[in-house]
Amino acid sequence: MKFLDEYRDGELAQQFAREIHRVTTKPWNIMEICGGQTHAIVKFGIDELLPEKITLIHGPGCPVCVTPLEMIDKALEIAARPDVIFASFGDMLRVPGSTTDLLSVKAGGGDVRIVYSPLDAVKLAEQNPANEIVFFGVGFETTAPATALAIFQAAQKRLKNFSMLISHVLVPPAMEALLSSPNCRVQGFLAAGHVCAVMGYEEYFTIAKKYRVPVVVTGFEPLDILQGVLMTVQQLESGRAEVENQYSRAVRREGNQPAQDLIKKVFKVVPRKWRGVGEIPKSGLGLNEEYAAFDAEKKFGVADHHVEESADCRSGLVLQGQIKPHECPAFGAKCTPEHPLGATMVSSEGACAAYYRYRRHDRQLAEAR
Amino acid sequence: MKTIEFNPVCPLPISQYPQVLMAHGGGGKLMHQLIGKMFLAAFHNPLLDTQHDAAVAELTGGKIAFTTDSYVVRPLFFPGGDIGSMAVHGTVNDLAMAGARPVYLSSAFIIEEGLPMDSLWQIVCSMRDAAKKCGVQIITGDTKVVDKGKGDGVFINTAGIGVIEHEQKIAPQNVLAGDAILVSGDVGRHGMAIMAVREGLEFESKIESDSAPVHEMVLQLLKAGIEIHCLRDLTRGGLTSALNEIAEAANRTLLVEEKLIPVREDVHAACEILGLDPFQVACEGRFAAFIAAKDSERALKILRAYPNGTGACVIGKVMEERSADVFLNSAIGARRILDMASGEQLPRIC
Repeated sequence: MKFLDEYRDGELAQQFAREIHRVTTKPWNIMEICGGQTHAIVKFGIDELLPEKITLIHGPGCPVCVTPLEMIDKALEIAARPDVIFASFGDMLRVPGSTTDLLSVKAGGGDVRIVYSPLDAVKLAEQNPANEIVFFGVGFETTAPATALAIFQAAQKRLKNFSMLISHVLVPPAMEALLSSPNCRVQGFLAAGHVCAVMGYEEYFTIAKKYRVPVVVTGFEPLDILQGVLMTVQQLESGRAEVENQYSRAVRREGNQPAQDLIKKVFKVVPRKWRGVGEIPKSGLGLNEEYAAFDAEKKFGVADHHVEESADCRSGLVLQGQIKPHECPAFGAKCTPEHPLGATMVSSEGACAAYYRYRRHDRQLAEAR
Repeated sequence: MKTIEFNPVCPLPISQYPQVLMAHGGGGKLMHQLIGKMFLAAFHNPLLDTQHDAAVAELTGGKIAFTTDSYVVRPLFFPGGDIGSMAVHGTVNDLAMAGARPVYLSSAFIIEEGLPMDSLWQIVCSMRDAAKKCGVQIITGDTKVVDKGKGDGVFINTAGIGVIEHEQKIAPQNVLAGDAILVSGDVGRHGMAIMAVREGLEFESKIESDSAPVHEMVLQLLKAGIEIHCLRDLTRGGLTSALNEIAEAANRTLLVEEKLIPVREDVHAACEILGLDPFQVACEGRFAAFIAAKDSERALKILRAYPNGTGACVIGKVMEERSADVFLNSAIGARRILDMASGEQLPRIC
């Protein structure tokens, strides 16, 4: 396919792999931030082409995985109300809350709908004036502009039956939280290309300097990721800690200014709890006072929910790159995509689900030995 | 047997009620009118025309194949087909997968009150035409009407009987190491055609369902003496599920090459946008064949002579190992497991 097959060329991939082998002399731990990158790595088997010395650590960049349990519970409570049409991106529907998931709420009679854009939810609000339409606004900086636009439009249209349950998160504060941890093993980052397409990569210069860590803005296709790894390894091997842009066909240093303006207009930076990680200061987006009427937590009185997560689930350690998914005792046994304990096993971008889908045989082979 | 008159305009035979009422399933005059003017008129053949509780038919030869399938699809009409033609093709294809020549079908309708009579007639006409094209007769049926809101327009169940006129044993247990794995054409088109219409997604080109009968291709393979070890149609769960089902039932390891699996460019693009895997998306006119490697070239030549077999190709082989796994060599040359989806495929966030 045009603009896709070019980035999946087997021969070029092998060339990149050979070059990475050539320049690698020491062991390095590199974290890919984004769940989309994790998915591509395991789907295409990119890590199998890398030298054994290079370990890819799968980062916390899957919006489904880091949405805290209590936020899922809030969604479940709101979605079960008879007057509500609850609109969400598809892969949030299977994420387990404390007791159930949105698919089960739907099976029990709740009106839960998959939408492809937050603007579809605004349309639903216009078409169903007798219902309350609630959109589950999750995601990183990538989806934040679309969420912001939906709120902005709903305000312009003076919609009273539209609100959002918002759990937006920001990448740079999470990187800083990881790097500040005494257990941090990460020596270089592949930054998430799509996040940077919106936000640019200005913010990463301070991080690279402060923590002496290379950051390479990287795309999502196999050749993007291989080139991103090569650029990171070249920096590490030569002792540099710079910000570089592999994904220049989509990302400019300053990012997308109108999108950033819209985010600033609708949202403010707030502390946010990350599933499996805990609260990170200044790591999320919440609605500005001007748009507070669209806050579903306030509208439906669910702001005070607090719950604890499953003790068997190590997804927090997985998200922080401290263990690989298959090193969790529950992996593939107590925890499978059919019966997930944590969100990393649910989302197609989650590291655990990706390992389960594409790598289960590694574990089976290891056990057979 | 009387020949069915081809009537291209399909005028609606029942005009006094524009919508199906509960009474159309109530056992009284309206129901008899519906059956007589619609189902009997469209499907008529000597066995159906007896209007007995059960059709009585004679079959020559030894073994028969018998199958049933229910069809629930929203929207009822989609690019490349509708629920009616699908209900015929699906059951005909299930029979074909056993190497049978499809002969008779039943058709049971569960109709939601309020379905436009015109839509029902279009569906019935489509079934009639599909059955004629497949060379099968619909010889018995049933009609029920359920309350508004209790159905999705119409659900159709068809059962089918076919005769087996060859000595080959076609079943997963007969799959052997070294067998070539073939697909009869590009995968994932039906599912994406449905999703594009259902979700109001607009792509540059319209994706049409691949819904079609495949029995003639299979019968031709058998006639040519191709050593077929197993056949499986690629319906729900797509290629991935079909391969995993066979691997498990046969306790064989399968290896397929991503680069060799045909996916049309528009289907691939739509899947990329939605974060779906085309190998897991349903087809309605495609099958996988496990064939003795020596016969694979001849089999391809036969398949490619049919309009919906032009894209047939070899996608992989059966390995010596007996681990019930399916492996895929990825586009960039690494190997990974090809696992079944855990539930419905859900579009990704970003």
